Amino acid sequence: MIKAIFTAPGGTTIETDARDGLSLMEAARLANVPGILAECGGACSCSTCHVYVDRDWIGKLPEKDEMETDLLDFADEVDEATSRLSCQIKLSPELDGIRVTVPTRQG
Amino acid sequence: MTHIAVIGAGQAGSALAAKLRALGFDGQLTLIGSEPVPPYQRPPLSKKYMSGEMQLDRLFLRPESFYEEHQITLLTGTRVIGIAPDTMTLAMENGPEISVDQIALTTGADPICLPPAMGGGAPGIYTMRSLRDADAMAHEFTPGRHVLIVGGGYIGLEAAAVAATKGLQVTLVEMAPRILARVAAEETSDWVRALHRAHGVDIREGCGLDSLTRPNLTTFSAGLSDGSMLEVDFVICGIGVRPATALAEMAGLEIDNGIKVDAFGQSSRPLIFAAGDCASFPWKGTRIRLESVPNAIDQAEATAASMLGQGAPYVARPWFWSDQFDVKLQIAGLNSGYDRVITRPGEKPGTQSHWYFAGDRLLAVDAMNDPRAYMMSKRLIEAGKSPRTDAVADPQVPLKSLPLVEDAAA
Ligand SMILES: Cc1cc2nc3c(=O)[nH]c(=O)nc-3n(C[C@H](O)[C@H](O)[C@H](O)COP(=O)(O)OP(=O)(O)OC[C@H]3O[C@@H](n4cnc5c(N)ncnc54)[C@H](O)[C@@H]3O)c2cc1C
Ligand code: FES
Repeated sequence: MIKAIFTAPGGTTIETDARDGLSLMEAARLANVPGILAECGGACSCSTCHVYVDRDWIGKLPEKDEMETDLLDFADEVDEATSRLSCQIKLSPELDGIRVTVPTRQG
Repeated sequence: MTHIAVIGAGQAGSALAAKLRALGFDGQLTLIGSEPVPPYQRPPLSKKYMSGEMQLDRLFLRPESFYEEHQITLLTGTRVIGIAPDTMTLAMENGPEISVDQIALTTGADPICLPPAMGGGAPGIYTMRSLRDADAMAHEFTPGRHVLIVGGGYIGLEAAAVAATKGLQVTLVEMAPRILARVAAEETSDWVRALHRAHGVDIREGCGLDSLTRPNLTTFSAGLSDGSMLEVDFVICGIGVRPATALAEMAGLEIDNGIKVDAFGQSSRPLIFAAGDCASFPWKGTRIRLESVPNAIDQAEATAASMLGQGAPYVARPWFWSDQFDVKLQIAGLNSGYDRVITRPGEKPGTQSHWYFAGDRLLAVDAMNDPRAYMMSKRLIEAGKSPRTDAVADPQVPLKSLPLVEDAAA
């Protein structure tokens, strides 16, 4: 199981344990993390699964693909350095313990 | 204690129940679904679940613990067979009546099947709506077999793409003069047709299925209106859905292309509400019914608020997506009433977008592997802004600085 730690809007932290291979968005959904709407269910079509990845972890992630880059380029409240779409982050042992923050607004 | 029953445990029903709790409803809450499983996402059924890239456990919208934690009594495998609106009681297929204070109908839609005379309902002929449908046809997807897909809407085309990718021989017939005729402009139909033909899908438009017979136990013989006769191994029917209004009709609710609700999701009976694929609602002076996940969620959430007396009128912000082969089609807005379509080439080869206008007013955009155009146009449409058509047509003008028409009639 891979651990991920979400800081939800409002400041509560939620620790999740999800199996290797699921996405960070799916881990959030399984743990009922609020603020991750994921309307398209991970199809990389909606940008409502946006998160800010902790600076210590962002470098460990594979690069964004074009679709993710383009969606984020037009999403709300994006931070150049740390914004990612959580449905595009696949959990793996290297990411065990990853920390992310959920934005207050999705879109 | 107040008791709310949500009938139909799909995309809208689960969103509605969750929202009631999120808004502080602390009465009794029962979510009733006829399918044997907790609420799940349907879009992957014709995409990554069908192709085998996504497994069952990833389809569920929420873990089962969610319903317990939020004190939502989830009754799966339970069909409601009647509503008595005067006494607000629900008759269940198996089990005692339930008395409630308010009802939300989120019963979705039922797939239209071939008529029984054509074999509708027989083995080897499938509809594409539920997990059960998807699982039933899974064994048919082996390379070299021949599938006939009836209907060239998004679901039929997605199934065609999965089948072709898996090495099946695919014939798709569409009775209308072109695929996607009901939902998109010719430009989009042309683009999608070319995509499918490039992958070997035999698309026949203006062509209906006249007869379907089973000369032996393993194959079907399909007579098409273009005069040809095909031997196929199985048939997928993608000819659309009907809103599931049976319960509402029995309860005497007004029906108008679905359960008729007002902007607050309220039916012709004040204690009964409806949302999602089964409901038609006011839209820009007319009435529409949408079949999409975003609408199911947003309308359900707006209706939940109305049921608690905290409602604001629901303003739909339609969008949709479809995955076919390596193409992601993203659609912002609703194109009804368009009078012209502007094609904008994307920044990368093989990508483009079609912008639907009524006069100067931007209504909708279909973006083919062009998420930038999709995101930009979605923002514009939701803000009621329209870019100048000459600028849209000119790929040299960056998306983020498209000049706007100042006074496009809203
Ligand atoms: C194959 C497929 C692909 C799709 N792809 C996309 C896509 O890419 N993008 C998109 O936006 N949308 C897509 N859609 C549409 C989307 O899935 C629907 O719009 C959405 O599911 C509607 O939600 P709903 O809750 O209104 O209905 P449903 O999800 O259909 O839920 C209704 C539920 O109510 C239950 N029910 C009905 N009557 C009763 C009763 N009397 N008692 C108890 N339970 C009852 C039904 O069994 C069902 O489980 C797709 C649909 C299908 C079938
Ligand atoms: S869930 Fe829609 S883009 Fe991630």
